[in-house]
Amino acid sequence: MAQEPKKRLDLHGVICPMNFVKTKLALEDLTPGDLLEIIIDEGDAMLNVPRSIKEEGHKIIKVIPLGETFQILIEKGQS
Amino acid sequence: MNLTESQIERYSRHIILKDVGGSGQEKILQSKVLIIGVGGLGAPAALYLAAAGVGTIGIVDADSVDLSNLQRQIIHFTADVGRAKVVSAQAKMEAINPDVKVVPYQTRVYSENIAEIIQDYDFIIDGTDNFPTKFLVNDACVLAGKPFSHGGILRFNGQTMTYVPGNACYRCVFPEPPPKGAVPTCSQAGILGAVAGMLGTIQAAEALRYIIGKGKLLTNRLLTFNALDMEFRTINLHQNHRCAICGEEPSITELIDYELPACDLRGGNHA
Repeated sequence: MAQEPKKRLDLHGVICPMNFVKTKLALEDLTPGDLLEIIIDEGDAMLNVPRSIKEEGHKIIKVIPLGETFQILIEKGQS
Repeated sequence: MNLTESQIERYSRHIILKDVGGSGQEKILQSKVLIIGVGGLGAPAALYLAAAGVGTIGIVDADSVDLSNLQRQIIHFTADVGRAKVVSAQAKMEAINPDVKVVPYQTRVYSENIAEIIQDYDFIIDGTDNFPTKFLVNDACVLAGKPFSHGGILRFNGQTMTYVPGNACYRCVFPEPPPKGAVPTCSQAGILGAVAGMLGTIQAAEALRYIIGKGKLLTNRLLTFNALDMEFRTINLHQNHRCAICGEEPSITELIDYELPACDLRGGNHA
């Protein structure tokens, strides 16, 4: 049974590092185990944002390509 | 999270840091730091703390900007010569960051006024330029249970330690001011401007790390450096149980105004 994301963020067109900053702030408002869904651009954003998310101890659950963007499902880790 | 869009952008490089984040930045925005002396040490500290978004910054200095200050006191500009240092500093801090509330105190600190000035603040930065005031700041902070950063500079040298209640205080390490004339002042011995910037910036970093509660402060450690050879070292310290102010049987129970050297009287609280 798939869990629903607690929050969705469309960061299409938001450049580095503000896309990560917004993602990080959204994750801070959730509790560990909650899901966050974000949309980010291909290229720099896709190269950097998922890596930074993982470095902060969160888990990437799913990545779905959507044209020039990617939909990423993140599970908030224990902080 | 109550950060505005422009705050998120302004503080983005803080928020990205794993040890700061949005919650750490909010702590910074809610914090209150007092800087005693807006001179060589206080100038960089005031600029960095204002830029960082420290919510309330008190600045204490009785002096006016002198042409000979400008080589190191980078918060003051040539056009400020003759203006009160607190007025000059406040203008720059507000220009850097309108989030910050600056509270100017155009006075020296002495035994009669220091307790009232420090009482509203979370952390105090000692940016003074003379031993009597450094001991006064230490004793007042110990008696009030306030954390503070000690800083001292001379020629190419700097030293700093951080006091948090329960750890070594300045007087644990240096029980008494040195005899008058034993240590020259900056005005007699000289100071490389960038050395003041290095030390004042370390003090600002201590204040910020205290506020966010991350990392290991310079408590029970004295950091010294010699910028002529660019060598740093830290010396481990212990609380002195016979310390006259924070020991088990303190002999100092009220604040002391040690005599200021006559040549420093017009110098104000600046390094």
